[in-house]
Amino acid sequence: MAQLETELQLLKTEAVNMWTLVNSQLSKARQAFVTFDKDLAREVVLKEKRVNGSELKIDRDCENIFALFCPVAIDLRFLLAVLKINSNLERIGDIAEGIAKYIIDTESPFSEELLKATRILPMYEESVNMLSDTQDAFEKEDTILARSVFKKDDFLDNVNRSSHKVLEEYIKNHPEETSQALWILSTIRKLERVGDQAKNIAEEIIFYLEAKVLKHKGKFV
Amino acid sequence: MESTIIKSRNFNASFGTNHVVKNVNIDIPRNHIIAVMGPSGCGKTTYLRCVNRMHELIPGATSNGEMKLNEEDVYQMHPIFVRLKIGMVFQRPNPFPNLSIYDNVIAGYKLNGIKLPKAERDEIVERSLTKVALWKEVKDSLNKKGSFLSGGQQQRLCIARTVAMEPEVILFDEPTSALDPISTSTVEELFHELKTNYTLIIVTHNMQQAARVSDKTAFFFLGELVEYDETKTMFTNPKDQRTQNYITGRFS
Repeated sequence: MAQLETELQLLKTEAVNMWTLVNSQLSKARQAFVTFDKDLAREVVLKEKRVNGSELKIDRDCENIFALFCPVAIDLRFLLAVLKINSNLERIGDIAEGIAKYIIDTESPFSEELLKATRILPMYEESVNMLSDTQDAFEKEDTILARSVFKKDDFLDNVNRSSHKVLEEYIKNHPEETSQALWILSTIRKLERVGDQAKNIAEEIIFYLEAKVLKHKGKFV
Repeated sequence: MESTIIKSRNFNASFGTNHVVKNVNIDIPRNHIIAVMGPSGCGKTTYLRCVNRMHELIPGATSNGEMKLNEEDVYQMHPIFVRLKIGMVFQRPNPFPNLSIYDNVIAGYKLNGIKLPKAERDEIVERSLTKVALWKEVKDSLNKKGSFLSGGQQQRLCIARTVAMEPEVILFDEPTSALDPISTSTVEELFHELKTNYTLIIVTHNMQQAARVSDKTAFFFLGELVEYDETKTMFTNPKDQRTQNYITGRFS
């Protein structure tokens, strides 16, 4: 195997490890959110440093490969994609940490009624699924799976769009839960961004494998 | 709209029974830089030497198919006229060692028996050396032998010798492979200057050079023209798997 191929294979493994770590962070933050487990939330906050370290390592490795091997064609697209995916994954890591911090700061568990009214739990589940799908698509080089992520994002957008009205109504009826409702609104906004990041990642996978730029275009090209 | 200066159709070349260029079809646009790349033995240099009929000088070498310069069949023209219109620069700088820098530049005229008044010769020498960015470096030593120059300067002198004949196309066969990186960089900058007045076809083994200097790139493999496209496309999204394997170093 040529040295460049070895380096790219190592980079792919690092990217997949980063994905697994970020997915675990997002899932653990969800678990902590559902079970109101502050210890688990603290674990997520502590592990955020690992995500940052992993991001820096991947950036540095990409830089070295650019400098030493002058990659072209699919190798060049792979590196450009990994750089952007890396950045998106790190942002998702930040979001998981942000959600975990809310849980640490919140005094009491969220009411079932509030969770149900906002549909935040299925939204959270779908955002984790979207991230998992992008990881599978990357590992298996499956652009059909990558494209399926765009469709899933519609549900996240839908929940996000309706959340303002739902919460306005909820606060009117439960003024004592205003603070909690605002936490939920903020978390919905964060999860909507996870959906956007997953979509960006899916676009990068398609760019790397098919040399197609989907940014700012229809998503079903 | 860009016009085609060199057009090949179903062009083949052989050495005896060895078929080395197979059915090549290519349109080369005027005032462009075309890089020709491919592994050793792929036929790229042979193709280049067919463009100005150098190939036929080798015993046993044959060719067939269309090769046109400005829609005129190159193989119906006088070969000397073809080589005046389509100049060539080789891998190793090859100035005439016993001639001065001045005489090297106008060697094409002398060897073809073209007599020019001194003032015109002076003008050609200055213009040609200026075009290759060598005039300032050698204007005070025009009577020195060309072989006293550095490798990079010698190669530029050879380009000046070619340019002096006012060709339309210049063929370069690995023109910087014998040069250090600084001289290579000077020659590469020169390519960009030359493209204003000439069409350049450059055979190179250096893929980064092809990527840096050319507008379009042709990839040859086993005598076939596998792919020919904009250089940016070739190096970011080649269409043929063989091209991708070659430029990414996965060629076996």
